[in-house]
Amino acid sequence: MSSGTLNLLIGLAMGLNLLALGSSRLPSLIRAVSLQGMVLGAMPLLMESKLDWRVGLVALATVVGKGVVIPTLLRRAMRAANIERELEPFIGFVPSLLLGAGGTIAAVALAQALPLLPEHAGSLLVPGAIASVLTGFILLIGRAKAISQVCGYLILENGIYLFGLLLIHATPLLVESGILLDLTVGVFVIGIIVDRIQRAFDSLDTRKLTTLRE
Amino acid sequence: MTLILDFILRLGLWLLLAPLLPGVINKVKAWVAGRRGPPVLQLYYDLARLWRKGVVLSTLASPGFIVGPAVAWVALMGAAMLVPLGTAGAALSFRGDVLLLIYLLALARFCTAWAAMETGSAFEGMGAAREVSYAVLAEAAIVAAVLSLSVQTGSVSLATMLSPSAGAGAVLLAAGLFTVLLAENCRVPFDDPNTHLELTMIHEVMVLDHSGPPLAVILHGASVKLLLFSVFLTEAVLPMGDLTPSGAAGALAAGVLTVTVSVGLVESLLARFAFRRVPLLLTTAFLLCLFALLVAWKGGVV
Repeated sequence: MSSGTLNLLIGLAMGLNLLALGSSRLPSLIRAVSLQGMVLGAMPLLMESKLDWRVGLVALATVVGKGVVIPTLLRRAMRAANIERELEPFIGFVPSLLLGAGGTIAAVALAQALPLLPEHAGSLLVPGAIASVLTGFILLIGRAKAISQVCGYLILENGIYLFGLLLIHATPLLVESGILLDLTVGVFVIGIIVDRIQRAFDSLDTRKLTTLRE
Repeated sequence: MTLILDFILRLGLWLLLAPLLPGVINKVKAWVAGRRGPPVLQLYYDLARLWRKGVVLSTLASPGFIVGPAVAWVALMGAAMLVPLGTAGAALSFRGDVLLLIYLLALARFCTAWAAMETGSAFEGMGAAREVSYAVLAEAAIVAAVLSLSVQTGSVSLATMLSPSAGAGAVLLAAGLFTVLLAENCRVPFDDPNTHLELTMIHEVMVLDHSGPPLAVILHGASVKLLLFSVFLTEAVLPMGDLTPSGAAGALAAGVLTVTVSVGLVESLLARFAFRRVPLLLTTAFLLCLFALLVAWKGGVV
C-alpha cells in the first residue's frame, strides 16, 4: 500500500472540499464534486496490495457513477431549471470557506487524538473523512439552491465512503455497490424533484418551500 | 572594507535589476497579444525622464507628500537588503529578521497611502482605502506563509528559513505566495496596472497626483517590491541549499524569470476580478498558506 500517494489523493480531496465551498458557479461546484468522487473511487485500487477483480469492478463503478453519471444528471437538472449560480447563500462564500478550513484543521488535530489502529494512524483517511462530512454539512445548511444542497449531500457521502475505506477488508462488496446504487437513484430522484420545484415555484430557492400554498 | 563593498554591490544589483521585471512582464503581454510592445528597458527610460521633471504640489500637501514616497522607497530597499540571494546570504541577517521584513513592507504601504491622502483628494483617499483593505487579507497570507516556513525549518531567520523541502507543502506555498505576489504588486486579477478608469483603479489612484522624482521613486519602489516578492517566492519553494553558488544564482535567476513570465501570462489570459470577488481569492491564498503551515506542522507526524 503506497500510503504517500494515498495521502496525496486525500489531500487533493480535501482541497476539492474547499473549492466546492468557495465556488459560486454551479458548474464548477458540480465539477469539484465529480472530481472528488473520481479521486475517491480510485483509492481502493491503491489500498489493495494485490489486485482483485471485484475491487477493480467497484472502483470502476464508483468512478463512472460519481464522476460521470451523477454529474450528468445534475447538469441536466441545472439546464432544465435554467440556473447558473448560487446568488445569495445563507452562509457567504468567504465565511463558509473559513469554516471549512477550520473544520479541516480541526479534523486533522482531532484525528491525532482518536484511538486509531496503528496501521491507520499515519493515514489521512480519518481527517479527510471528517473534513468531507463537515464540508457536506456546511453546504447542506448554508446554500439555498437545491442543486448546491445535492452537491453538499454528495460530499457528505464521499466523507462516509472515506470512513468506509478503513473497513475495506471487512465490508462486503455488495454493501459498497448497494450504497453506490442508492446514491445514483437518489440523485436521479432529486433531479426530478428539482424540475418539479422549478415548475411549481419558478425558482430553485428552497427558502420558498417554507411558504405553504394551495 | 569588503563588507561595505559587498553591501554596495548588493544595493546596486537590486537598484539596477528591479526595473527589468515590469519590462519583461510587458514584453510577455505584448508577445501574447501579438504586438511588438515597449522595449524591455522602458521603465529605465521612464525613470530617467521623470527624474528630470519638476514636481507639481497640491496647495494642501504637507511635506509628507514628498517624505512618504521617500520613506517607502527606503523601507523597500531595506527590506530587499534583508532577503538572502541564493547561497550568498543577505547583506543584513539576524535572528527574527523576517519580522522586520514584514514590518518594512507594511511601513512602505503605510507611507504610500499616507502620501496619497496628503493630496486632499477624495479620489486618492478611496484608492488608499482599497489598497489597505486588500492588504489586511494579503498580510494574513504572508504571515501564514512565513509561519509555515518557520515551522518547517525551526528558525526565525530568513537566511536559514528559506531552505524548504520539496513536497505538497511547497506546492501549496507556491500557489499561495504567487497569489499574494499578484495582490501585493497590484497585478491583474486584483488590480490592472494599465487602467486609468476611475472606478477600477487601486494602486494607480494613489499615485495619480504624484509627479517628477517622487513618482519615479514610487515606480522604482514598486519594481523593487516585485523583485523582492519574486525572489522570496523562488527561495521559499525551490530547495537550493545544496547547490553550488553559481548553480544557486542560476536557479534563482531562472525562478525569478519564471515568476515574471507567469505574471505576464496571468495578466494576458485572465480578466480582472470584480471587487466583491477579490476577498474570496485572497482568502483562498490565505488558506493555501495555512494548509502549507498545516503540512509543515503535521508533516513529521502524518
